[in-house]
Amino acid sequence: MATISPLADAVDALVHDGAEIAFEGLGAAVPAAAARAVLRRRPRDLTLVGTAPGPAGDQLVGAGCVRKLVFSRLDPGLHRIRDALVAGWPAPLEIEEHTQAGMAARYAAGASGLPFATVRDGYTGTDLAALTHVATVRCPFTGAELTALPALRPDLAVVHARRADRAGNVQLGGAPGVRKEAVLAARRALVTVEEVVDELEPEHAAVVLPAFAITLIAVVPAAPPDRHACDDAVDRSWAGVSGDRVRFTSWLEEIRA
Amino acid sequence: MSDQMLVTAARMLADGEVCVAGCGAARQAARLARAVHAPRLTVLGDDGTVDGLPAATAGVADLACWLQGGRVDVGLLAADQVDAFGNVNTTVLGEYDEPTNRLAGVGATAEIAAGASRVVVLLPHRLPAFVERVDFVTAPGALAGPLDRAHLGLRGSGTVAVVTDLGVLRPDPATAELVLTEVHPGVTVDRVRAETGWPLEIADEVGVTEPATAEEVAALRGG
Repeated sequence: MATISPLADAVDALVHDGAEIAFEGLGAAVPAAAARAVLRRRPRDLTLVGTAPGPAGDQLVGAGCVRKLVFSRLDPGLHRIRDALVAGWPAPLEIEEHTQAGMAARYAAGASGLPFATVRDGYTGTDLAALTHVATVRCPFTGAELTALPALRPDLAVVHARRADRAGNVQLGGAPGVRKEAVLAARRALVTVEEVVDELEPEHAAVVLPAFAITLIAVVPAAPPDRHACDDAVDRSWAGVSGDRVRFTSWLEEIRA
Repeated sequence: MSDQMLVTAARMLADGEVCVAGCGAARQAARLARAVHAPRLTVLGDDGTVDGLPAATAGVADLACWLQGGRVDVGLLAADQVDAFGNVNTTVLGEYDEPTNRLAGVGATAEIAAGASRVVVLLPHRLPAFVERVDFVTAPGALAGPLDRAHLGLRGSGTVAVVTDLGVLRPDPATAELVLTEVHPGVTVDRVRAETGWPLEIADEVGVTEPATAEEVAALRGG
């Protein structure tokens, strides 16, 4: 059952060297404060899972915390991840790429206790199929050939949400992305929220995650006003910091000071 | 991004259709169509939005269901590189293991290319981006011939048009190779040839696209 905790304590309790950690969320729903708290903890050898890793993923890779990145899309402006892939700085980065639907299906399989997920499209006919971790299976009913994807079961999912109630139920808000799928698939979940309320007001079509699916909740300052994830996928000020090793290094030192 | 490219792509979307559009140029073209001539066009975002609104009922997983289930009429894809068979690369330039440039990756591009009934590809027409064979097939067009998609069981028709800032290329039904069918006003066929990295087929009669109207330009500036 979810407990409300200071963010630094929550990260200390849940983030360990070598862990597989999912960071999910788009636009204003990015777990930015949690990423900074993880940077301060200086974990090593993480497997970072993120459908669109965003600045949080870029920071963790640039800080040398990540051994392997599992992702679907790298927005422009994430220069630390590109530097690691092209120049091996600060360390070589192993990658595993999947389609967006493939990531969602892998989480859903993990959340359901299934060993693998299937999709029909997204790998067939592409060069990715031969390079990533997938296989082909035949449907026992129709004979159709499908792509099988291993289930994702991260050690920890980290997401940001609008609010929680005192019992630890969480109302997501913002572009849904695959935050729900990641939380339900992970063995443990850390959710940052902007406020804790006595009771959640029912909101049309708002996703509520039950307290039993969440380990720790931390309150953080509100994200900037919601914008469409698409319009400004990566904050331009972040692209500026990310684009230069020296600027990034001093940014990191400041964050950790 | 070239107005004429966005306007030409937008005109390929019909009222009442369902389209899926990634970020950037693709989303701009789809919004333009809605604003000008297709008010009942549904614009699905690859980020799980419907007509620009975050919708819990349209998460990323729902989009995949709709694509695989055949509910999406047209996919708009912004490409970094395209080849003679309309295959799309948004993954890497150079070798996968030692890229010279690491691009955005697949996202929903491959699912859209497979499942949407037809696909319109957008990109500026420049020699390094128009290659005989893409460095990486992120999303399948016709692959290498007219029967390849059907052979693999890919549902949609694949790339039906490549819209650039110079003109429009469409596949020849017999060979599946792209053919220059239209140029934008003021663009010469020779210029298109010079920016294309393979011996480009030219249609017997190359059309000229209608210039952007005042209404279209206003809609682009407004949103």
